[in-house]
Amino acid sequence: MIELIIFVCLLLAGYVFGQMLEQSHYRSILKRESLLRNISLIASKKLPDEFTPCTTSLVAGNVVISVDFFKKFVAGLRNLVGGRVTTYESLIDRARREALLRMREEAGKLGANYVFNVKMETSSISKGQRNTIGSVEVLAYGTAIKLAKDQSDNPVQVDPGMMNLRPG
Amino acid sequence: MLLTTLEYVPGKTITRHLGLVQGSTVRAKHVGRDIMAGFKNVFGGELKGYTELLQESREEAIDRMKQQAQSIGANAVLNIRFSTSSITQGASELFAYGTAVVLE
Repeated sequence: MIELIIFVCLLLAGYVFGQMLEQSHYRSILKRESLLRNISLIASKKLPDEFTPCTTSLVAGNVVISVDFFKKFVAGLRNLVGGRVTTYESLIDRARREALLRMREEAGKLGANYVFNVKMETSSISKGQRNTIGSVEVLAYGTAIKLAKDQSDNPVQVDPGMMNLRPG
Repeated sequence: MLLTTLEYVPGKTITRHLGLVQGSTVRAKHVGRDIMAGFKNVFGGELKGYTELLQESREEAIDRMKQQAQSIGANAVLNIRFSTSSITQGASELFAYGTAVVLE
């Protein structure tokens, strides 16, 4: 009986605090994303020829986000019937966007305008065994490009759709 | 030492190609952080201790890769990739690798 009460308490605490934290995290992500819109992320490996006098530097951002008790429970139920595990989808989405934001912030500090060849790496620190800490780690990295002085005055227009089509 | 995820450096030419260089590190965190992370597992949210840990290990892996590149006389590492894996509970490995080259 006691165990059941503890379980329900944990579930409730997980739901209330988990939702609260998730919502405030999403608010902060949206706010910072709109602030950093001037730095474009491009998955292409090739730089346009107009960029050529520029400085490059490695930038990276990472984040570890923990699951909460409620999410874990719902995912456990999902495992029985199959289908989309929406509670984990939002978790991974938050982690990815946060890692990209941190990378952009680093690029912004260097005064860069573009981050080229962005790569992402996702891993779980624990594999979800019992009594272990369930969390997801995302690492985003790329090459920040800072254009030479005369170019940043009138920035080159880049069409991201076109750039991805160029042979790598 | 120039580090980049691109396959070339704009405006510079590669004079010599020195092959693959790598750096890796395995890190574990102390028990205090693990207990705090256990609490966080109920409520959710970012595990700041782990984030810092991984950031430190990433820098360490880059440093080791740099040292290796320097010792073979390179002045740039191109096409850098990272890879993360967990070896045991509480310890994670970070691995960085790239191609060492001499730029003109």
